[in-house]
Amino acid sequence: MSASIVIFYILAAVIIGGGLLAVTERKIFRSAVYLLFSLIGIAGLYFYLNYEFLGAVQIVVYVGGIVVLIIFSIFLTAESGDDMKKPNLWRVTFSGLATLFACLLVLWLIQGHLFVSNTGTALEPNVRNIGRQMLSTAEHGYILPFEVVSILLLAAMIGCIVIAMKIKPKT
Amino acid sequence: MNEIGLTHILVISTSLFFIGVYGFLTRRNMITMLMAVELILNSVNINFVAFNKFLYPDKLDGVFFIIFNIAIAAAEAAVAIAIIINLYRSHKSIDISDADEMKY
Repeated sequence: MSASIVIFYILAAVIIGGGLLAVTERKIFRSAVYLLFSLIGIAGLYFYLNYEFLGAVQIVVYVGGIVVLIIFSIFLTAESGDDMKKPNLWRVTFSGLATLFACLLVLWLIQGHLFVSNTGTALEPNVRNIGRQMLSTAEHGYILPFEVVSILLLAAMIGCIVIAMKIKPKT
Repeated sequence: MNEIGLTHILVISTSLFFIGVYGFLTRRNMITMLMAVELILNSVNINFVAFNKFLYPDKLDGVFFIIFNIAIAAAEAAVAIAIIINLYRSHKSIDISDADEMKY
């Protein structure tokens, strides 16, 4: 058993354990912190697979952005120290059974499927290649989705401001 | 079991996906439901990375899908939290069963 495999299993334990605790923990603030651990584990998995750029993006956007946003919204809305209401037993039982059987079905399908690898010269996923292809207007370039996503982000930003804005009554 | 292959990573992403689905079904609090959705989106991203790494190493399309996914997930989280905060102002609650005016 080499160090690489040990690191992989540690990452897997952090991801799945963090996810499980995030969906079962009764205190909402602790739940957000477990989600943080799970997301950091996923960033570690990207680094493990040599996708350094994606790992960095994962940490910057999810850990630095979305989780902080969620924690702020917890402080703005809920009483973060209190326990949440216990979900009723009927719902927990049947959701658990449904997801467990679906998970087992998908795992069985994965085990039985033979994945055929594409034998080509490997393209290094570094920032240079990613940036060149993303902003290229040639055949396999991604400039159009890039622009569409930038417009989407602008629309989302304006939408958030409009939704969360308080309208002052006219005096 | 002497090398980490595609199947190992697919097992992780499948487990994480269904953990997210379980959380989405059992939680009644809007912020925790949003957290479960984030888990689901992240498991999909792991799948894209794994397929790009092991099946199509000569292309970069999986990387672009992940970058766009992360951008859209960020926009979705921001809009959802704006809606939740606005709902908290008017209902004084973020429980999903208290927001049923449009149910019928």
